[in-house]
Amino acid sequence: MTDHWPGSTPSQTVGPYLHLGLLWPDGPDVVPPGTPGEIWLRGQIFDGAGAPVVDALVESWQADPDGRFDHPDDPRGAVRPTVAGFRGFGRSATDATGAYAIRTVKPGPLPGPDGVTEAPHLDLSVFARGLLHRLVTRLYFPDEPAANATDPVLAGLDPARRPTLVARPAPDGFRFDIHLQGEHETVFFAV
Amino acid sequence: MTNFTERGPTGLLLPRYRPDGDRTHPPLLSPEYGSTVLRAPSRPLALLPQRLTEITGPLLGADRLGPLDHDLTRQHEDEPLGQRIIVHGQVRDGDGRPVPGTLVEVWQPNAAGRYRHAVDNWPAPLDPNFTGVGRTLTDADGRYRFVTVQPGAYPWRNHLNAWRPAHIHFSLFGRAFTQRLVTQMYFPGDPLFFQDPIFNSIPDPAARQRLVSRYDHSVSEPEWALGYEFDLVLRGRESTPFEDGDDDDD
Repeated sequence: MTDHWPGSTPSQTVGPYLHLGLLWPDGPDVVPPGTPGEIWLRGQIFDGAGAPVVDALVESWQADPDGRFDHPDDPRGAVRPTVAGFRGFGRSATDATGAYAIRTVKPGPLPGPDGVTEAPHLDLSVFARGLLHRLVTRLYFPDEPAANATDPVLAGLDPARRPTLVARPAPDGFRFDIHLQGEHETVFFAV
Repeated sequence: MTNFTERGPTGLLLPRYRPDGDRTHPPLLSPEYGSTVLRAPSRPLALLPQRLTEITGPLLGADRLGPLDHDLTRQHEDEPLGQRIIVHGQVRDGDGRPVPGTLVEVWQPNAAGRYRHAVDNWPAPLDPNFTGVGRTLTDADGRYRFVTVQPGAYPWRNHLNAWRPAHIHFSLFGRAFTQRLVTQMYFPGDPLFFQDPIFNSIPDPAARQRLVSRYDHSVSEPEWALGYEFDLVLRGRESTPFEDGDDDDD
């Protein structure tokens, strides 16, 4: 890979005061409150000592339930989502217990350039004091065992670590804890 | 030249974003910055192929902006204390193409180096006329502009006599999930760079200098404000077509 002038701007940590600049009142709402089929994705973030990370921010990005993006670079064409008010994007800071929450609807499966279908998933970014660059992970759904079994991204991972990317059922949606480090460390990606 | 470099049996043709190389961004484990020790993943990152979710991203618009979000000096009844500055620049990708319409979010401490935040309790004065939060969208040429005050340096407890160089936090979305960037803008000639493990965590000294803004006298306004220019570069797209199978979808 050759170097391309002028080179990317390096990443830096959000620091402990990210809430000032990055919180929106509707940040957690990928879909508006009361949307039919809405689910909550909730979880806690833990550090290598097992302590909750209370100054983190999670961002999510996903397809709509039809597996489409309202984006000009989707080669199938940008389409307006069938779910009213669907933004595709969510952000939630963690609270005093390290917990975040995203209100959304389940994404649909996605076609791939290689003909392999991707299981429904969200891309997540984690920002925090002590993270000099965001961490990227993916959230998959536990009620999609067949799709998950053939997902090309999961298939590229050590089978023992794949379960760290699969959420667990919860009363109002799904639970997805993120372990930054240690025995239960979540799989993080270079994108 | 094409931006679209991946074709397969389903007919999908996807743009791909070039990796930044391993000396541009700080290593996640940078022990001189103590908070990384328990937070950096201990295992190597897995390679995530760039598929539909990665080559798209939130295209947020003017509904994210309030009328005075671009001028941090006019958000309160009176003007904040401190040296008024104009910070402007252009957002481009690695091929020099402007990135228009991207949301730029900034936050910073006041002129005394204190953030208006519940957990910032070092004894520098708060300024009732300064919150330190701004937002804007880049224009058709990828340009942005904020009016604010020069942020102060402040102490932290990372090491003995540790002080953060004056900085403004920046957050940008670009047009794809791959281009998401959060960074910090610094000021030229800051005497605190030598002892700051966050600034110095960037391995390549040339890349590090890309976070230092430039004093811009052409933007300084007489009797009113000093100008600084801070350009940002998000990841560029591949311009060389890849053949099927010669890829990272594994």
